[in-house]
Amino acid sequence: MSVLNITKAAPFTHAPNTTQSIMLTVLLALAPATLFDAWLFGWPAIFMFILTVGFCLLLEAGCLILQNKPLTPSLTDGSVVLTGWLLAMSLPPYAPWWISLLGAIFAVVLAKQLFGGIGQNVFNPAMVGRVALLVSFPLQMTAWVKPSSAPGFVESLGITFGHASLDGISAASALGYVKTELSRGVPVSESVHHLPALSDMVLGIHPGSFGETSAILILLGGLFLMARKVISWHVPVSVIGTIVVLSGLASLADPARFAGPEFHLFAGATFLGAFFIATDYVTSPVSKQGQLVYGAGVGFFTWLIRTFAGYPEGMAFAVLLMNTLTPIIDHHIRPRAFGRTRKGEPLPVKGE
Amino acid sequence: MKLFPVRGGIHPDYRKDRTSELAIVALPLPKTLYLPLQQHIGAAAEPVVKAGDRVKKGQLLAQSGGVVSASVHAPTSGVISAIAELTAPHASGMPQPTILLEPDGHEEWAELPPGIPDPFSVDPNVIRARVAESGIVGMGGATFPSAVKLNLGSQHKLTTLLINGAECEPYLTCDDRVMREYAADVVDGARIMARALGTPKVVIGIEDNKPAAIKAITEAAQAYTDVEVISAPTQYPMGSERILVQLITGQETPAKKLTADLGVVVHNVATAKAVHEAVRFGRPLLARVVTVSGGAVAEPKNVLAPLGVMVSEIVAFCGGLKTPPKRIVNGGPMMGQPLPTLEVPVVKGMSGILALTAEETSEQPTQPCIRCGTCVTICPCGLVPVDMAAFIRKDHLDSAARIGVRDCVSCGSCSYVCPAHIPLVHYFNYAKGKLNALDREQRKTDHIGKLVESHNVRIEKQAAARKAAAAAAAAAAASANPENRAE
Amino acid sequence: MWIAVSSLAVMGATLGTLLGVASRYLHVEDDPLEQELLGILPGANCAQCGFVGCGQAAAALAKGEAAVTLCPPGGKSVAEKLAKKLGVTADLDAHEEKGPEYAEVIEDLCIGCTRCIRECTSDAIYGAPKQMHSILRDNCHGCSKCFKVCPTEAIKMCKVPVTMGEWHWPKPDDLPHAG
Repeated sequence: MSVLNITKAAPFTHAPNTTQSIMLTVLLALAPATLFDAWLFGWPAIFMFILTVGFCLLLEAGCLILQNKPLTPSLTDGSVVLTGWLLAMSLPPYAPWWISLLGAIFAVVLAKQLFGGIGQNVFNPAMVGRVALLVSFPLQMTAWVKPSSAPGFVESLGITFGHASLDGISAASALGYVKTELSRGVPVSESVHHLPALSDMVLGIHPGSFGETSAILILLGGLFLMARKVISWHVPVSVIGTIVVLSGLASLADPARFAGPEFHLFAGATFLGAFFIATDYVTSPVSKQGQLVYGAGVGFFTWLIRTFAGYPEGMAFAVLLMNTLTPIIDHHIRPRAFGRTRKGEPLPVKGE
Repeated sequence: MKLFPVRGGIHPDYRKDRTSELAIVALPLPKTLYLPLQQHIGAAAEPVVKAGDRVKKGQLLAQSGGVVSASVHAPTSGVISAIAELTAPHASGMPQPTILLEPDGHEEWAELPPGIPDPFSVDPNVIRARVAESGIVGMGGATFPSAVKLNLGSQHKLTTLLINGAECEPYLTCDDRVMREYAADVVDGARIMARALGTPKVVIGIEDNKPAAIKAITEAAQAYTDVEVISAPTQYPMGSERILVQLITGQETPAKKLTADLGVVVHNVATAKAVHEAVRFGRPLLARVVTVSGGAVAEPKNVLAPLGVMVSEIVAFCGGLKTPPKRIVNGGPMMGQPLPTLEVPVVKGMSGILALTAEETSEQPTQPCIRCGTCVTICPCGLVPVDMAAFIRKDHLDSAARIGVRDCVSCGSCSYVCPAHIPLVHYFNYAKGKLNALDREQRKTDHIGKLVESHNVRIEKQAAARKAAAAAAAAAAASANPENRAE
Repeated sequence: MWIAVSSLAVMGATLGTLLGVASRYLHVEDDPLEQELLGILPGANCAQCGFVGCGQAAAALAKGEAAVTLCPPGGKSVAEKLAKKLGVTADLDAHEEKGPEYAEVIEDLCIGCTRCIRECTSDAIYGAPKQMHSILRDNCHGCSKCFKVCPTEAIKMCKVPVTMGEWHWPKPDDLPHAG
């Protein structure tokens, strides 16, 4: 038989997973929460979602063409769809089309392609998109609406593409409401009573970003990811654990000023951030020990910004802040090598 | 016996059912046997025969070439037709000196040394000498000369001889069948090796996906209180000797040290059987069991093959290739050597011949790394493959060495799980080889530097001596003249 | 506003001038670099680089007047180390790797004149006048000085063969991608 070219070393077998299969699994895990919120908020939200993901794909294709890079596998592995999906989930449900477009530009062009494409970005692209929009267009980015407002199809086109006003259906998110009341002098312990019932908060029937409202569905999606070994428990547990511990201690000390753990858990993007955003492979540390530190930092900054800073929601900023520390965490926190001490010296042989 | 947890590792699709229930079949003698002089780690053996010599079965063909070396014996009787350069069963495809033997079909035995009547009462040196003269090397694939490894008892305090029946590579079932069909021989060989090492205890470790082998060995070992059989959790790379030692002792072998420093020496089950043959019957290592498998082979089998038979002959014996294979592998799929051709001989360390289809190898083009960290989670050596590979790609080999690439055992787990199909272990093999080459170059440069320096010193001394001699002669001449004139 | 602009401009100009003056008159000579470069070179003074002795080559390298690929016996490892020390990126792909060589005496042609013995920088040749000369392969580093001086061309330069024990996997990026 003819001589085979030796072009590859062992191993000559491979696990069935690929980048694409991982991305598709994550999208599958996001689907329940997304579908629920699509039902909850109606057509404008669906348009916003489609536009966001669509713009992300188009912009990624454009960047690849400009760089003379092949369109596959970058477009087909699902990574940019995931970026667009997560960005859409963190936008207000009735955001106009140009918010979707600008968000996609910030996320895909700025945060991902300009850094070198998949695997090279320092910052979480979806969060860069969200934060850039939040800082530039605070009004549109905090335009929350009552759930089940359900505008008709044509009316929804007007909301997404036109200048239809949201008066009559606008509402405050839980985080926003509590912060605003606090600034008016109303203690936290009182304002939490005016929030939707806890069951509604958990199920997701309350104002918020598209996709982040249903804590229970996000949690189920996150557990699904853990069962499929796409993510491990380290980041979610450390993010949520840190928020719970900090908010628990603080609210015990001063319940009038500090909201308790159940508020922090079910209001805002806690679960979405813990399971889907902070677990982003590229921007989080590679080692398990490093992930614990990273998650603790995300939880800490989230609580800090929510409690003391000017913005009601801190998850996006917390993730971006910890992204800057990921390379340092990776550099200093490495697993202990077999047969060596933590410092890298060979283990001492007993009796020497 | 208490078992301890081991870190990392993977659970590949084992695909052993194709051959695990097939008894070992003997391969008929081929027309020519090709016996490389180097089938082991260490110095090559030196031939003691030449073309035209008639040899008998078991006769010494090549003498061990040094302290760390092994000899080569005739697998059957016949005539030496040549000693030539032949392609080695190695990824490099490079040639190596090989003895060509044409069998005469008579299978006439040479005069063998007598069996040692009671190995458990003789001096351990006698056993070691017998193992050495029988050309036995580690049959798990590492091919380290067994007699040298059996000498570790004189340098270390040993407690346990650990017999490695893990066979953690997918497809391979040769050790499984040897344990099932020759259980008594394996146990006897193990106890003899324990005597040679001076270890009071023998532990035979078998992965729990081989229940029949565990049963057979347990029954064979029942009579002996010093032999314990343990069922190891099935996990790749359980067969790695450091991992197996960690399983039974809970201790990690320190970096740059041997398992013997923890009091444990590890040998393969087939090596134990070979020791039994050598000590009890004086028979040197002449054949081995090879698992021929893979989706491209028509009839996978476990073949008892004489050393030196061409791989193409064994594959033909197994029905030939039913489809063109994507890869042909010497050994298991995780750590085996890819073969450039089927025209290479079976050697002492060839535990498997796999003809793998494209579907089985699941090769895909490499994509960018997404830093998923799975490679870090499963690395049994606690390294960070993602960072090491990134350094090596950019030719920062020193940085890769600093974060531990030399500790990598090339088990292949990281490449197996990488979703982007990055050839991680290939990078590490390149880096380790390149770093070793640079070290060799540095040693050569240092050696030459010393020689040049002493050369220069010598020249300077000669020049200074000449100057001094010339000055002395001039002074003598100058002082002689005035004296003459004065007279 | 004009006061602000002019005061900042004056400060900038003054500080810039001070920095420029300091960089010229307070400049520190970079002596240790030459010694370190000399340490990296083999030190055999074989002159294959074109300079008389490794000391001169090191001086030229320190001044940036010589390429880091100047030393054939040093091979790729020396070139890489020099590049690292000088902080330059060496284009080693273009560098024609002649490969390590060693000298061998063609015994039929050797007349025993001892010229090669005197030339050998690492004392790798042994022999006596009118006696056969031999080269110790392990001590030969391929500087080819003996090759150049032999009057009967009785020395040939051979490539050091790569053995299976020294073979290693090439970089994955350097291998052709099979289908």
